[in-house]
Amino acid sequence: MESMSTAIAPAKPEVPSRTHGGGREGGNGYIRRGGGGDLWESMPWSVPPRAYHTGMWMAIAGIVMVFAAFTSALVVRRGLSTDWVPTKLPPILFFNTAVLALSSLTLELSRRSLRAQRGSEFARRLYLTMALGLVFVTGQLQAWKQFASRGMYLSTNPSSSFFYLLTAAHGIHLLGGIIALLVLAFRAPKLAAFPSKRVAVEVTSIYWHFMDGLWIYLLILLMARL
Amino acid sequence: MGDAQAEAVHVHHAPTGWIRKYIFSFDHKVIGKQYYFLALFSVFVGLFLSILMRWHLVWPDSHIPGLHWLSATGAPNDQMTPEYYLSLMTMHATLMVFFVLTTAPQSGFGNYFLPIQIGAEDMAFPTLNMLSFWTTFVALMVLISSFFVADGPPLSGWTAYAPLSAIGSASGPGEALGQDLWIISIALFCVGSLLGALNFIATLLELRTRGMKLMRLPLTCWAWFITAVLALLSFAVLFSAGVLLLLDRVGGTSFFIPAGLVVSDRMIKGHQGGSPLLWQHLFWFFGHPEVYIAILPGMGITSHILSCFARKPIFGYRAMTYSMMAIGFLSFCVWGHHMFVSGMSPYTGFAFSVMTMAIGVPSAIKTFNWLGTLWGGRIRLTTAMLFAIGFVSLFVSGGLSGLFLAQPPVDVNLHAGYFVVGHFHMVMGVAAIFAMFAGTFFWFPKMFGRMMNEPLGKIHFWITFIGVYCIFMPMHYLGIAGNIRRYSRFTEVAFLNTPHILDVHKFMSVAAFITGAAQLIFLFNLFWSMFKGEKATENPWEATSLEWSVPSPPPFDNFGGKHPVVRHGPYEYGVPRAARDYVMQDSPEAVAAE
Repeated sequence: MESMSTAIAPAKPEVPSRTHGGGREGGNGYIRRGGGGDLWESMPWSVPPRAYHTGMWMAIAGIVMVFAAFTSALVVRRGLSTDWVPTKLPPILFFNTAVLALSSLTLELSRRSLRAQRGSEFARRLYLTMALGLVFVTGQLQAWKQFASRGMYLSTNPSSSFFYLLTAAHGIHLLGGIIALLVLAFRAPKLAAFPSKRVAVEVTSIYWHFMDGLWIYLLILLMARL
Repeated sequence: MGDAQAEAVHVHHAPTGWIRKYIFSFDHKVIGKQYYFLALFSVFVGLFLSILMRWHLVWPDSHIPGLHWLSATGAPNDQMTPEYYLSLMTMHATLMVFFVLTTAPQSGFGNYFLPIQIGAEDMAFPTLNMLSFWTTFVALMVLISSFFVADGPPLSGWTAYAPLSAIGSASGPGEALGQDLWIISIALFCVGSLLGALNFIATLLELRTRGMKLMRLPLTCWAWFITAVLALLSFAVLFSAGVLLLLDRVGGTSFFIPAGLVVSDRMIKGHQGGSPLLWQHLFWFFGHPEVYIAILPGMGITSHILSCFARKPIFGYRAMTYSMMAIGFLSFCVWGHHMFVSGMSPYTGFAFSVMTMAIGVPSAIKTFNWLGTLWGGRIRLTTAMLFAIGFVSLFVSGGLSGLFLAQPPVDVNLHAGYFVVGHFHMVMGVAAIFAMFAGTFFWFPKMFGRMMNEPLGKIHFWITFIGVYCIFMPMHYLGIAGNIRRYSRFTEVAFLNTPHILDVHKFMSVAAFITGAAQLIFLFNLFWSMFKGEKATENPWEATSLEWSVPSPPPFDNFGGKHPVVRHGPYEYGVPRAARDYVMQDSPEAVAAE
């Protein structure tokens, strides 16, 4: 999420150091502390890392509302109808859950490598996280196959409809997360060298952990209400 | 050295090349204008559709020349079929509510002026901003394309109630591909809105310049912020509802479709157990916040303009912000008032009724504060001011009828009648539009570097102001008299086929034609002034907020490389001991408002 119409100008001597690490106020040139009104006024403008965090949390709020609406639909549809047939969930879902939880762990490990400036280890662990994510998605597709082999399709009954709906909605969002991780992996060398760019890693991991948590919520919802 | 170079300054360069400057621009000002013109296009299409509707209601058997080109099946022989009337109504509402009222005040003016008013160079996520606009543009193209598919546009209303909207062509012409296109268009619109909303929130929270405390924000910024929060939370729900509806239509699911439906002598097979009520709940949980999304920016713009042209600080700034927050919060608690006749428990109806009445309180606070702002002011009756005062008048007129509708026993009679149509047109179709006109006249100098023509603006205002009262006030009488809405003609219903009803419709239609024609004055004024208007200075209105401290139009990076430092509140007009009758927000003058 970088501004595209920027260019790196040669470093000006009077620009103070901005290597305060990612995320803290004053990071990236947006100094709000007192002192030197003139200096601050002519400081080059850029977006503080905090803004990316806020943006990501807002995106998460939106996604929460999407799944809240689906949850509400599930509760109402089950409550109002006489045609509800409870479904047994394919057991592979539990294996997939473990895989996803493991991927959150590897993501955190990769961030640790990044903080220690070990760029290639960071990239490796990132690829591991991505791989686990893909294993999860494959496992979900396998769960669909198992479900379908029992004759449970999207339109078979409302219970099966929600199974496909919720797993698909989650899976699509997770694929988006995998793509984000891929982008980070390509930029690994730059990320390792320059701390101020690491906000991308931070917000992507917030998203990924949220996807993990969301899946656990959906699993419990499916187990309890399906 | 390498570190310093990469750590160094990211300079915001102005884009070169016509495509980068005007088409795929990341500049919030260009994007704001793109949204504005998208809304302008949509409003004239929507207006045209409403003229067709108003004509048909009075002369239902007439031949409208050329209509068969728009739809051979919907208007064979240039005579509008009842189904096509409903299709035009659906498209009129969809275009107006989504592509006019949700885009222009928020994404149009908001995108242009939020960053400048808070002292930033651009939005937090310029790339996302550009994506939001183009997603919305594609959504509009998809919607318009439904006019040109074989069966035409959908006829289920902008509310797309299931099961009518869920069972495909059995419901009527336009319900096959037309409805699918509608759902896809709205889903895309939701995505664009969600992305825009998160941009607004992040920008307002994180990119304010030094000294721009939250309580020094112009009320326009507060309105855009609260609207963005509403949009973020409500459009997500509409998106989900749209997905479920699409699955019902193409995936064979039964979220909304019950068993045993017989529609147009056809048995609807393959579905069972679904709940039409579920659609209503999901839709209106979005739908109510949506109408506040449509009006809140207008309230912010009105406050901003009234204060400027009364030369007085806004009366009760804090109350205004808290009222907007209250309206925003309460808007999520009242959706059931659209469903009073759906068979809900009277206790539930009571709860929704109380919450709906409650939302009248902050609205009233705002109204009184607007009046308090005007009281004792040294009023400058510019066109923008006329439209802002007009907003207050129309908001009161439209809002009062809402209080009637908030009573379930009264709503039982008035639901789905013209009383409701009058109510929502007054608040959305007129008050919100007046706020957009006010914003246009106010900000045109800043956006285009030229002044609009004031005499033409005033003529347009008076014709429109009188015209809209003539069009929409009689609808309240009609509603109480029992005039049902969404009917393409009243000549078939005995108690409506009387002069008491039909003559009123004739009056309203004539008023609509005159008022509609008068909008061409505005259109002419807008485009003529862009090229031939008197050149504008930096601050032609002598206003205080930051957008008036930069050139007209602003440079690419808004502040020319220098960040403003804010030292004053947003409405410092008439401050004692100040050099002039206004103090700009970034003025170094050390005077304090009382």
